[in-house]
Amino acid sequence: MSVASVKAADLQLVADVLVIGGGPAGTWAAITAASKGAKVVLVDKGYCGSSGATAPSGTGVWYVKPDAELREEAKQSRFGLGGHLAENSWMDRVLDRTYENMNKIAEWGYPFPNDENGTQYRRGLQGPEYMKLMRKKAQKSGVKILDHSPALELLADEHGVGGATGVRTQAGGTWTVHAGAVVIASGGCAFLSKALGCNVLTGDGYLLAAEAGAELSGMEFSNAYAISPTFSSVTKTAYYKYASFYYEDGSVVEGAGSQKGRSIIARNLQQGRQVYARLDQAPEDIQPLLRVGQTNFFLPFDRLGIDPFKDKFPVTLRLEGTVRGTGGIHIAGEHCATKVPGLYAAGDAATRELICGGFTGGGSHNAAWAMSSGSFAGEGAAVYALNLGLKKEFRRLKGLSSSPLSAKAADQSASRKTEEYVRSVQEEVMPYDRNLFRTEKGLDGSIERLDGIWNELRSKAVTLDSDGVKTREAAAMTATARWMYHSARVRTETRGMHKREDFPQLDNEQHHRLVSGGLDQVWVKPQEVQKEAVIH
Amino acid sequence: MIEIISESKCVSCNQCVHVCPTNVFDRVENGIPVIARQSDCQTCFMCELYCPVDALYVSPDAEAAIQISEKEVEQQGLLGGYREKVGWGPGRKPVSSHEYMYQLAVKTRF
Repeated sequence: MSVASVKAADLQLVADVLVIGGGPAGTWAAITAASKGAKVVLVDKGYCGSSGATAPSGTGVWYVKPDAELREEAKQSRFGLGGHLAENSWMDRVLDRTYENMNKIAEWGYPFPNDENGTQYRRGLQGPEYMKLMRKKAQKSGVKILDHSPALELLADEHGVGGATGVRTQAGGTWTVHAGAVVIASGGCAFLSKALGCNVLTGDGYLLAAEAGAELSGMEFSNAYAISPTFSSVTKTAYYKYASFYYEDGSVVEGAGSQKGRSIIARNLQQGRQVYARLDQAPEDIQPLLRVGQTNFFLPFDRLGIDPFKDKFPVTLRLEGTVRGTGGIHIAGEHCATKVPGLYAAGDAATRELICGGFTGGGSHNAAWAMSSGSFAGEGAAVYALNLGLKKEFRRLKGLSSSPLSAKAADQSASRKTEEYVRSVQEEVMPYDRNLFRTEKGLDGSIERLDGIWNELRSKAVTLDSDGVKTREAAAMTATARWMYHSARVRTETRGMHKREDFPQLDNEQHHRLVSGGLDQVWVKPQEVQKEAVIH
Repeated sequence: MIEIISESKCVSCNQCVHVCPTNVFDRVENGIPVIARQSDCQTCFMCELYCPVDALYVSPDAEAAIQISEKEVEQQGLLGGYREKVGWGPGRKPVSSHEYMYQLAVKTRF
């Protein structure tokens, strides 16, 4: 049992539903739970409204009118790319719920553009506007928001999860929320790569869930890399469909591209050959539209006096990990329940295989999944918590952190050590020849070193302050990398985004999910994909 | 990374302290906020966007701090450009409702 669960927290709250994470999935979960009559607290590691991958970006949304033909086309479009691992019934549910929720967003006042007939066009969202609206809507719905309040551990008893505890990095002190149900919506893991908005996404929710006994799924689908200028955080790979790629001497990099040609860029960068891009394929009439579509894409160029349509600029591939991968917490029921009673998962914290298998070609599926799974989880958590009734009053909850929480102050050497652990994990997951192009030998080496890091971190005290938060982030990233690579090792084929150099073909015998879990001992097991999938 | 909090423009509203997802700023009693943990900045530009008086400048370089002064930033007209493009602030129209959003979608299927 950890210290924090023994000593009373500085801020103690009781709620029906606690939501961890204030991005799109978390706010949808909170608003939906509140609409079912639940008392909701939402905690965010940063600020609900600016935190996470969605807030600083524009994104398309998988918004398809309820027309049989259009829906069928939408489901088919990425089914093959995802390695045939999506499930028909989930795609239907998410298409329905996304349609419904986007229409709600319009009702709540989101300023959508109009088409030529004056009808709102609802297939995209601008992050700053969307998340500002979601924060306001959550507050109006009575959700209590704690910003700058990262969770350090879940609390549970023999009946399941019953809350969480953490620290307040700005207000100071600790918080504890006792709740009938907890929704984890803390995003994926991009390993502090500085991909736009992603540095708060360190796999925290995966670790919290696994410590409670929940399972993960599809963690081999975790090697998403985005194209970005070397000098910038802005990762908007879609725009590079208008790019040509060049070597330093001006000759063309044959076969390089934003979709399938990303590997060619990676192999060049790996061999130390800088690749340059220029958006010279963008027709002139499209250029002003592109400038409006992603305002922040052009910001770095404008500030450096570069015209990306005319000038060549050096590019790199920034790791987006599971943020644009599809692996995450395994979903065990329609309301995004995990196998642990009282624990739910939504958004990038949950697996997205159910709607896009092992590959997401862009933000639109993730955005649809965030708002759908968030509202499914919010409903499920509210109903579960409200049905607990009086049972929730007398629970003896204990903390589940795998490393001991400590009320002592951090010392400087500990925080330097944490930085070293983070760098060591990054060295395993960032290099293209380890993560993008995988081999058994490479994975085995990484697993051995990651196991070593985990064993050290396991006994490190987690102080109740910002340093402790970073220690937990390091542990979460280490654990995430281990589930990724153990799963990648077992999948001896190439499917979706998972690429094995030593097994370059798809193997029909491996048309299954890989469920994983465990902390000191990581395990991986195959699980059948639901059979009723009618599309081929 | 965040480089500048303009002393002449900042009104100490501390919005940047609140909205920074990675807690880079510290509030100062009777003063303007300070950039306390620059290396934690993820270069997401959200602080600039939420600053009501365009007092902040985030350099596009996500990896390293640069040497730039408030005077240089002001002379080069670098303050407030992002907020203007997003269409936030009095009298502006949010870019999310811009007709080009729709036209782009039709022409490119983004």
